[in-house]
Amino acid sequence: MLAIARQRMLGQSFKKILPAVSVLRSYSSAAKQITVREALNSALDEEMSADPKVFLMGEEVGEYQGAYKITKGLLEKYGPERVLDTPITEAGFTGIGVGAAYYGLKPVVEFMTFNFSMQAIDHIINSAAKSNYMSAGQISVPIVFRGPNGAAAGVGAQHSQCYAAWYASCPGLKVLSPYNSEDARGLLKAAIRDPDPVVFLENELLYGESFPVSDEVLDSSFCLPIGKAKIEREGKDVTITAFSKMAAEMLEKDGIYAEVINLRSIRPLDRSTINASVRKTNRLITVEEGFPQHGVGAEICASVVEESFSYLDAPVERIAGADVPMPYAANLERMAVPQVEDIVRAAKRACYRSVPLAATA
Amino acid sequence: MNSASCAAKISTQPFSLNPTSPTSHDRPLVSPKPTSLFLGSTRKLRLSSSSKLNLHRRSGTVVAVSDVVKQKKSKSTHSLLITKEEGLELYEDMILGRAFEDMCAQMYYRGKMFGFVHLYNGQEAVSTGFIKLLKQQDSVVSTYRDHVHALSKGVPARAVMSELFGKTTGCCRGQGGSMHMFSREHNLLGGFAFIGEGIPVATGAAFTSKYKREVLKEADCDHVTLAFFGDGTCNNGQFFECLNMAALWKLPIVFVVENNLWAIGMSHLRATSDPQIYKKGPAFGMPGIHVDGMDVLKVREVAKDAIGRARRGEGPTLVECETYRFRGHSLADPDELRDPAEKAHYAARDPITALKKYLIENSLASEADLKAIDKKIDEVVEDAVEFADESPVPSQSQLLENVFADPKGFGIGPDGRYRCEDPKFTEGTAHV
Repeated sequence: MLAIARQRMLGQSFKKILPAVSVLRSYSSAAKQITVREALNSALDEEMSADPKVFLMGEEVGEYQGAYKITKGLLEKYGPERVLDTPITEAGFTGIGVGAAYYGLKPVVEFMTFNFSMQAIDHIINSAAKSNYMSAGQISVPIVFRGPNGAAAGVGAQHSQCYAAWYASCPGLKVLSPYNSEDARGLLKAAIRDPDPVVFLENELLYGESFPVSDEVLDSSFCLPIGKAKIEREGKDVTITAFSKMAAEMLEKDGIYAEVINLRSIRPLDRSTINASVRKTNRLITVEEGFPQHGVGAEICASVVEESFSYLDAPVERIAGADVPMPYAANLERMAVPQVEDIVRAAKRACYRSVPLAATA
Repeated sequence: MNSASCAAKISTQPFSLNPTSPTSHDRPLVSPKPTSLFLGSTRKLRLSSSSKLNLHRRSGTVVAVSDVVKQKKSKSTHSLLITKEEGLELYEDMILGRAFEDMCAQMYYRGKMFGFVHLYNGQEAVSTGFIKLLKQQDSVVSTYRDHVHALSKGVPARAVMSELFGKTTGCCRGQGGSMHMFSREHNLLGGFAFIGEGIPVATGAAFTSKYKREVLKEADCDHVTLAFFGDGTCNNGQFFECLNMAALWKLPIVFVVENNLWAIGMSHLRATSDPQIYKKGPAFGMPGIHVDGMDVLKVREVAKDAIGRARRGEGPTLVECETYRFRGHSLADPDELRDPAEKAHYAARDPITALKKYLIENSLASEADLKAIDKKIDEVVEDAVEFADESPVPSQSQLLENVFADPKGFGIGPDGRYRCEDPKFTEGTAHV
């Protein structure tokens, strides 16, 4: 969904974004562009090179070079003992990863998509997330579960669900969702080095997208903090939170200056940044791709109402995917996922620029 | 009555695929109810040693191992398979398991223990037979029926009892409970409530051992992992996934099936298309061995072979131990479905009584020695209860602790700053 939005933005206003974005960043303007795929690949490569305990496991990660080519070249470099092609046994190999992590190895388990993680969710929740607590700190699980999450293009209902809300509701897990190449590199490195189980939700449509990165990002010890959101674009009219996707650029044209927060970390949620932003703009829209009920947006809205109620000038709004399994037909799929127009409409509603509608997108 | 129909039923069962005497097992044991006739015939099959030999012959690839066991069985006595010290050690371990579990039942009914408690009475031979052969660095992964595995592995009785009482001095500070016993020191990796959950974790621990030896070049790392689970688990997908991967990657693991015939109230025979679990091993390329799990010495012999194989790097083994739990599935289980005759039959094969008899008949120990051990263990268990009683409950602040290994959670290190900003965190990153 966001990819579609981004493509439009890229086409129309990329040139406008670049200077705005680089002004926000404190380092010098971007020199190099890398795709999210390259960012992830280089992050894995560097972490495996730095620590021999890191190993990869998953379907097609080795000889096939990765189902989405994220692990390209790693088998040749590190050998079959560290890049393991597994049989189609999600529950089995996830459990094996957890068992290895109990003993201090650092597995990076790839799910071909996070939809398949449902076959292994027992291990992610029960034996990874809860172990440190159940053993009172004796057994920690430094494992990373990564893979594409959310809707791709025309892959149907069973391959398009967003699992951010499911995993983020479980204590003991850290859930990260990068957007651009900088996020991808920094967060994956932080996740691999972290001593706790991390669910790393990537996005298939973003793998091929290029983003500018500074030299600092390309350094092999670059790491982003877990639990800290990033204000991608500063604004004053409304706060829009999103993860893995952005849409603010469209709004500038209509005179609404939105403050866009890239969540980066779904669990732990950076409530302080979100609340500080809402206290500044007094309006909130949460955007996500997953199902609306009990979603990430629901949590953010509740959190803001709890902590910053008196600062709100308009009801908090959440934009989410349609409350249906993802349809296949291209036009229906477009309707089932939030589009830029939906976000624009919501922002206008929040800023009282148009008559409020009873039913949202 | 139904003997004809039962015979018909039996002849279609794989158990009766006995080449030497196909008809001998058609006569069920004396028992009034049809279900127990069914079971009775199985029992008869299991009882006769000749049938066991035949089962062994059919166990597939590694005939060598089962031949060894077969030869030992064919001798009328075990010809001193153990020394006096070993014998007393085994006896003490089994008595500790039994006394501890009996005390758990008492404490449960007095309200000191709560929730789900699953007791191991009757199966002590499997735990003792296997775990007493391990080193401290070897790992054990168990299920919710894990008290005795913890005790055999070396976790002090005090720590286990306190954990069951939910006190802060327990092995998991009261946060795990009966079903989640973990000990880093003794390499007990739990304690899992979901059946089959421990099997992939055990396979992962075995994988680590191989990885350490081959990739991290710790040449002397020959740690073995034992995965204990029951008959019900053998129908679960994760079990087969792990048999495949363990054999594929030749991992140093022994899969120990504690086949006690019952999964709560579901009889193994009603739930499984082919009840002979050890046959599932050769299907994946590893030896499958069946052993009498009520005899600790037989279990120990099989265990020596299997653990030796794993330590030498020859790969996994599947061992099916025929055993029985004297109590219900858990303390909340009324245990109405099992036939009293079946229970009586297995009670007569109590592993502790059997070992005691062996020790005395072979003059390895006297009655007095064994009585002294009984008394000592009683004191240990009483002391454990007292200790647990007197221990404090966890403080309120313990509720939110240990969710993450990261001490403050959220990527924040002990110094209060983000870990990624700490140069030491990013140390050791090579230039690629």
